[in-house]
Amino acid sequence: MTNLNLAVATSLNVTTATQSQTSSAKIVARNLNFYYDGYHALKNINMEIPEKRVTAIIGPSGCGKSTLLRIFNRIYSIYPKLEAKGEVLLEGENILDARYPLNRLRSKVGMVFQKPVPFPMSIYDNIAYGIKHYEKLSRADMDVRVEQALVQAAIWDEVKDKLKGSALGLSGGQQQRLCIARAIALRPEVILFDEPTSALDPIATVKIEQLVEELKKDFTIAIVTHNMQQAARCSDYTAFMYLGELIEFGETETMFTRPSNSQTEAYITGRFG
Amino acid sequence: MSAVPNAAAKAAVAESLYRRRRLMNHLALGLASAATLFGLFWLVWILWTTLLNGISALAPSLFYEMTPPPGETGGLANAFFGSIVMSLLAIAMGTPIGILAGTFLAEYSRRSWLGETIRFINDILLSAPSIVLGLFVYTLLVKPMGHFSGFAGAVTLAFIVLPVVVRTTDEMLKLVPSQMREAALSLGIPQWKVTVQVLYRSALPGIVTGVLLALARISGETAPLLFTALNNQFWSHDLAAPMASVPVVVFQYAMSPYDSWHSLAWAGAFMVTVFVLAISLIARAIVARRKVAND
Amino acid sequence: MSTEHALPAGAIAQRPDALASRSQRDLSADRAFRWLVTGAGIFVLVSLFAAALSMLWGGRAAFSTFGIDFLTTTDWDAVGKKFGALVPIYGTLVTAAIAMIIAVPVSFGIALFLTEVAPPWLRTPVASAIELLAGIPSIIYGMWGLFVFVPVMSTTVIPFLTTHLGPLPIFGPLFQGPPLGIGMLTAGIVLAIMVIPFISSVMREVFLTVPTRLKESAYALGSTTWEVAWNVVLPYTRSAVIGGIFLGLGRALGETMAVTFVLGNAHHLTASLLMPGNSIAATIANEFSEADSDIYVSSLIALGFLLFIVTFVVLAIAKLMLMRLSRREGN
Repeated sequence: MTNLNLAVATSLNVTTATQSQTSSAKIVARNLNFYYDGYHALKNINMEIPEKRVTAIIGPSGCGKSTLLRIFNRIYSIYPKLEAKGEVLLEGENILDARYPLNRLRSKVGMVFQKPVPFPMSIYDNIAYGIKHYEKLSRADMDVRVEQALVQAAIWDEVKDKLKGSALGLSGGQQQRLCIARAIALRPEVILFDEPTSALDPIATVKIEQLVEELKKDFTIAIVTHNMQQAARCSDYTAFMYLGELIEFGETETMFTRPSNSQTEAYITGRFG
Repeated sequence: MSAVPNAAAKAAVAESLYRRRRLMNHLALGLASAATLFGLFWLVWILWTTLLNGISALAPSLFYEMTPPPGETGGLANAFFGSIVMSLLAIAMGTPIGILAGTFLAEYSRRSWLGETIRFINDILLSAPSIVLGLFVYTLLVKPMGHFSGFAGAVTLAFIVLPVVVRTTDEMLKLVPSQMREAALSLGIPQWKVTVQVLYRSALPGIVTGVLLALARISGETAPLLFTALNNQFWSHDLAAPMASVPVVVFQYAMSPYDSWHSLAWAGAFMVTVFVLAISLIARAIVARRKVAND
Repeated sequence: MSTEHALPAGAIAQRPDALASRSQRDLSADRAFRWLVTGAGIFVLVSLFAAALSMLWGGRAAFSTFGIDFLTTTDWDAVGKKFGALVPIYGTLVTAAIAMIIAVPVSFGIALFLTEVAPPWLRTPVASAIELLAGIPSIIYGMWGLFVFVPVMSTTVIPFLTTHLGPLPIFGPLFQGPPLGIGMLTAGIVLAIMVIPFISSVMREVFLTVPTRLKESAYALGSTTWEVAWNVVLPYTRSAVIGGIFLGLGRALGETMAVTFVLGNAHHLTASLLMPGNSIAATIANEFSEADSDIYVSSLIALGFLLFIVTFVVLAIAKLMLMRLSRREGN
């Protein structure tokens, strides 16, 4: 166990050293443990999410990858009996500290979920709804903001003629891009994707992946996926988790070609999971 | 002993056993079908009677003449008015509390003993005899005030509305996918706003159905009004005074020996039945449409 | 994607002060809303207990004056101010028993028909029609009972019963008496018609929860439809079926209007089911507005309290039985 952590720490150091000129750590998890009603779900996680890069978190189901992601914006805290211990630093501030304002955290860290869940409102209101909570904008300014978000999420052309129509009438892929637009409309700094394409068809999946590629210019992105090809295609860094532990973290290319851990290698080559 | 007759005997036993089992099966399934016909038979008979007697008693004067004294002709205008006023007031009082309590059960009391207890008690209230609620409001309002009143009638009906709305709100909110809550909360929107602006909107058709079902239920309620709103032979819009209602008038007139009163009772019964069936059908249509939209 | 839309990230977060105060307001609004919904939830809880207590309070004069005699004597004398509730208690139990004897097998048959026998296209319309029966206000059942069903009973059914069953030993006394039409048997039948939709729709729903693989494996052994229903479906759903029956029983015990019309409001204890009788709910409905003394009103409210306690227990058993199946479903 100690050896393993050491190995992770070493590989982390190597990574940070090589990347320090171009990217600093946006989120840092230190000695992070997570308990689900007494069950130890995450064990002593130490990792960094580099700024304006795509970090993929992979691993077999039940390994804790979604759990880890859901700590980064404290969305887990809406359920009882869940507890995170340790530190998660966002730009140096510990977001697990109860004094860290929740809506500040959520305005900085957006999230996109597995199943597209548009609110039961018009397309326009889906985007404007979140903004209204933070800013008082004139009608014209709001129009601009909604358009920007939709353009940035690459869905503007498809919906610009039916902004007043119900969002529930869109296709699954369109709904998911709408949800991405809803998240980026708040101009967050980090966007968390929790298996964003697992409910979508292959064509819609490609569009989302291209979008993620595009979005990393402006945002720090962490993406949980059970699809290794997806991780290989669109991430810069990859974290491999197994049984609640972070087994290996490094540049995606390195991870997929020369994994340093035998478990990682076994998973990537499809021998388990 | 040779093997051959033994096998034949076995086959014969199996054959007769099989025949008996099949006979039993046919008998049971035949009885099940008969039971269904039996159930439908009463439905048709009751509706047919109400329809026949009700339609022949229908007249425009029902809607503008007051309930008459014995032996005279008249209408049910004051009873219709009283029923509408008390039902609407009951919905207005019972629905908000019901929605809030349903919200507590679905959103704010996950797995807590308080939530489980309230859900249990609410389900009992849902099937509790309405006459008991009438007596409750009698001791709560009528006795202290010293007289029967339309307001007391409305409060009683509100206690019947309450558990229906609590139950449907609870169930409909539970049907909203948890990712909808998470998505809204992850935008930093506070939980009360998420509940009111996103979850209620999503559960709205279901909640409306619940309110409609509650309306259908109270529009035929008779017993609890006997000790709260009582009855009033005249037009009254004073909620502090006794108030007429269609079911109570139907009860009073049907139990009387006068033919003209009987015919008014049938007219009232017909109107109530048509109203209740129409509302139930609308509620069903809303639920069915929602199901299609979700698939 | 054009660069003009690539706005600086974190534009909102650059005003931490505003956000912090907003956060504070959100927190207090959240807390207020939580109190509001919790209060509404507790209101539901309190109203049930308040109902019980208010009736205990209203009936205290009757309970303290008559004591246990209130439950065991048959006097119901408004002039002499002497009240004993045995007749209505007996009538409530007898009419409910008649109703259940008829309704339980019929409801089981309907549920079986709707889940196993009927062709699929027929199931939904018939189930909806039966459920419509449940929505018809009880006063309609009462009127129909009084004007349509009572004459049928008095001209055909009751004469038939008195001639054929009346002379029998043991059971005979149950079916002796003049063909009045109104009475406990009629009330029991009307009650049965009323509770059949409730019981059958609960049974139908729980039968639908039986896993298909369970039924299929029984069919694979060569079982007939009836054997599957009796040996697989019924044992699997037993507790919920009992729950449904108790739910119907709760309704039957507390039903007022349908019974009031056809029961006859007579305070005599008779063995015959063909004689008029009384039930708790019918007594209250018939006499409340005529009650001219405090002890009379108090006796009626005390009756209400008894009814409340009995139905509460019956409905609580129903609920617990139904929860047993759904808990297994959940696991």
